[in-house]
Amino acid sequence: MSQQVLKHPGLNLGPAHGKDDRAAENMMFGFWVFLMSDAILFGMVFATYVTSVHATAGGPGPHALYDLKSAFIETLLLLASSFTFGMASLALKYKHGKPRLIGWMVLTLVLGMVFLGFELHDFSSMFAKGGVPSRSGFLSAFFDLVPLHGLHVAAGCIWLICLVGQILRYGLDTATKLGIMRLALFWHFLDIIWIAIFSVVYLTGLT
Amino acid sequence: MSEQAHTADETTERRQEERREFHSYVWGVGLALLLTAVPFALVHWTPGISRLSLLIVIGVFALVQMLVHFRFFLHIGFKQKREDLHLILFSALLLTIMVAGTVWIMASLATRMVLPAQP
Amino acid sequence: MSIAGIFEHPLGRLGLDSLPFWNMLQHPTKGNIINGIIATGAASVVVFGALGLIVVLTRYKLWRVLWSEWATSPDHKKIGIMYVVIAFVMLARALIEAALMRAQQAYGLGGGFLSPDHFAQLFSTHGTIMIFFMAMPFLTGVINYVMPLQIGARDVSFPVLNSISLGLTAAGAALVMVSLVLGKFSTGGWFGYPPYTEATFSPGVGPDYWIWALTLGSLGSTFTGINFAVTIYKERAPGMKLMRMPLFTWTALCTSILMIFAMPPLTVATAQLALDRYLGFHYFTNALGGNMMHFANLFWLFGHPEVYILILPAFGVYSELFSTFSGKVLYGYRSLVMATMAIAILSFTVWLHHFFTMGQSANINAVFGIASMLIGIPTGVKIYDWMLTMFRGRVRFTVPMVYSIGFILLFVLGGMSGILLANPTVDYQVHNTVFLVAHFHNMAVPGLLFGMIAAYHFWFPKAFGFRLNERWGMISALCWIFGFMLAFFPLYALGLMGLPRRTVAYTEPSYVPLEWVAFLGALLILTALASLLWQLWVSIKQRDENRVFAGDPWDGRSLEWSNSAPPPEYNFAVIPEVKGRDAFTMSKEGGTAYQRPDTYQDIELPKNSAMGPVIAAIGFTLAFGLVWHIWWMVILSFLAAVATLIIRGFARDTTRIVTAQEVRQEHHRWIDAVAAATAIARVDENKPANDGLAQHASDGVVP
Repeated sequence: MSQQVLKHPGLNLGPAHGKDDRAAENMMFGFWVFLMSDAILFGMVFATYVTSVHATAGGPGPHALYDLKSAFIETLLLLASSFTFGMASLALKYKHGKPRLIGWMVLTLVLGMVFLGFELHDFSSMFAKGGVPSRSGFLSAFFDLVPLHGLHVAAGCIWLICLVGQILRYGLDTATKLGIMRLALFWHFLDIIWIAIFSVVYLTGLT
Repeated sequence: MSEQAHTADETTERRQEERREFHSYVWGVGLALLLTAVPFALVHWTPGISRLSLLIVIGVFALVQMLVHFRFFLHIGFKQKREDLHLILFSALLLTIMVAGTVWIMASLATRMVLPAQP
Repeated sequence: MSIAGIFEHPLGRLGLDSLPFWNMLQHPTKGNIINGIIATGAASVVVFGALGLIVVLTRYKLWRVLWSEWATSPDHKKIGIMYVVIAFVMLARALIEAALMRAQQAYGLGGGFLSPDHFAQLFSTHGTIMIFFMAMPFLTGVINYVMPLQIGARDVSFPVLNSISLGLTAAGAALVMVSLVLGKFSTGGWFGYPPYTEATFSPGVGPDYWIWALTLGSLGSTFTGINFAVTIYKERAPGMKLMRMPLFTWTALCTSILMIFAMPPLTVATAQLALDRYLGFHYFTNALGGNMMHFANLFWLFGHPEVYILILPAFGVYSELFSTFSGKVLYGYRSLVMATMAIAILSFTVWLHHFFTMGQSANINAVFGIASMLIGIPTGVKIYDWMLTMFRGRVRFTVPMVYSIGFILLFVLGGMSGILLANPTVDYQVHNTVFLVAHFHNMAVPGLLFGMIAAYHFWFPKAFGFRLNERWGMISALCWIFGFMLAFFPLYALGLMGLPRRTVAYTEPSYVPLEWVAFLGALLILTALASLLWQLWVSIKQRDENRVFAGDPWDGRSLEWSNSAPPPEYNFAVIPEVKGRDAFTMSKEGGTAYQRPDTYQDIELPKNSAMGPVIAAIGFTLAFGLVWHIWWMVILSFLAAVATLIIRGFARDTTRIVTAQEVRQEHHRWIDAVAAATAIARVDENKPANDGLAQHASDGVVP
């Protein structure tokens, strides 16, 4: 059965989950469509950033403001959290039990929060150097793009907490399973957006 | 084939699938690490290559890493349902049209109006 | 903004001067009094309309019905009807505004009676309402009602999300209505170009009303698009392959895909404008590296696909109408599908033609100009297909068909002027003149609006179980068509004579006669609207003689006609098996329509959910707080929104069961009624004898 058609993006629960697997198809497809819409949103914000990167209006530019080391750490944190969420998905699919599933999810949450902490620290040090959004078109565009991703991560963290709550309250019923699978898509999607951010914003800015 | 043999078969198959999927995540992380580390290292130590070639390297590595994430974390391949694949390709097409079009238009405008938006 | 600042001004910027008559009382000049009276009149219509509604609901004890049968209902049919109701209310307001503008221009030689500011509010609200709160709800409502029935589904994929989308749209519409009473709406046009709409030049609440109304509306539309696309992809009845779908469903699919991908640029543009206005960012300002051309680019990245979001469903409606009222299979189904998809994709490649004159290089203009002209090809294919569908058919001149024929003639003309405008060199001559206004009204009124009104006539009997009055419908249709011609053809000439759009007054006497013709046209269109409302009244009065419970008043071809009128809440007692295109016609010809199946099954339906109205209320208060800088309201609403979503995540018991026994009873009641009805020939379809059972005739044969 290894050649079976995948029903939706992300890890498929497979026939062992019966009706939950069948219910997943529409829900996951719908959420994936939403993510594509969100991708266009990010695409337009990226386009704004790329076309305003030189509009520093005499204010500080990328070299004065960006911190390569911090960006690298943030990248590793998000990548690690993608992996831990992958492990959570496997724990869900292969029924490793609630404690292991929740363990991986909490680990993901911690990584996500540490990522947010680093990001906030980045922003505050930028502020300290005079890099506030109202300073220039470039900084406005920066503070549209990177915090937008950060807000998505924050929303993902809140969602994670709620899902852990749902597992504790209802166990792994259909709605909870679909919630975890959707959040998995969301989380991996945000990691992909981050690839674009560190490449287009940080690396390109510091060349 | 008896019922029991059938389930035993299924269990092994499932275990194999699990191992394969676990390896998929491990491969994904490994490749992603490599694809992240190289451009960061290049930017950090800036060996004597031109800015343009550095940008091209960054761009190519980013694209490849996105594909890695799609393949190994989101499990998207060619075994996908038709509408899923359509959707992804269509989104990629539109994203390209919109972003490339915007950059093209705004860059042309910047050149002609001497705005500080050109490299 | 500090903590103390939140409580220092508990009402934010709201004050006595926000009332529409305040300025008139403070500075009673002649101009101020005229404008004040008009604004106060409009505000009182809103206030008394709302009060009247409350009184009626209380007097007839309808609150409970409103809440449990409508507001919280996840049924796509009811949601569709509510969307259309919103559309009609907003249409009425925006038409009156249009007539007021035409009146001002008719008297506009050297002055007129409206202040420039008031005039600017009128064209801004007119455009914003017509696009976002008339056209979008109308087409969303029609698709909502018809599409799931056409594909043989029980409901859309995400019924509660559907109700939330409706709530968001309603909240946006309500915000625009409130702007009549409190404060002023934007004066920056329906596309609100900065830097004029920036805080420096428009410090008031107007652009904020515009921003948040659009944000609410476009969020709703994005969710609707996702919902429709998933429904069409995943919920089709067995055998309903993509190439067997009715054309209206095809256009619904393309429209929803456009909604999914075209709304984000608008969200980005309005969000960035909001950041500029509220937090002093510099996206579109004149200073510190801002660039207002970004806005034009982003806005039209949304705006052009939006044009096709609006027109495609109307194309779908016309396809159904030409086929049904010619009694023929749709000509060139495959080419129509291809043309629809081609238009959908091309629509993303032409946005620059809205700002040819911005200053980019001539080569870019040429590329986008050519791409714009290319759209004429698939559209032309469609026109020929529709004409060939009528060719050698038995064309019945019903009201929807009159609209359709009016559409074909007028739309081709509008298309011609579009091809002219797609040429950048011509565009440089006529841009920003009323020539352009004539062009896009020529596409939007016959294209979109006639299509939607025709759809309303066509599917009304399905939704409410009785036909609309034909005579008043015909009067209204003719008033629309001739009113349109009188109102907009003169604008082509005026545009070529150099009249800029959005001018409140002019000094050129030769404009006056044509302006008067246009004003008469606007009055005729108002008559059309009045006849439409009168027709509804008359039809409700005469509903008993025009009942079509059997469900097929027009000898329909697709699945939505294969059940009772109105259909049961689960749509189909048994999900139909589809064997080809025009599924219902096939089953009528094969004698398999109106079956009594041996077994029935329990049907699972979503329970009512308060999510829709709750999100609507929260969305409204959030937006209202933002407009007026009432920060405590903003914070509370935001927290309430987050809490609502979290609580909804914990909701479980969300479905209910309709038992097989109930399904059987309802189905048999309908089948008995069908058996008792007499099948009527097409010549009698507008007579009371039409109970909704059609005598079927083969293609092109006199029945």
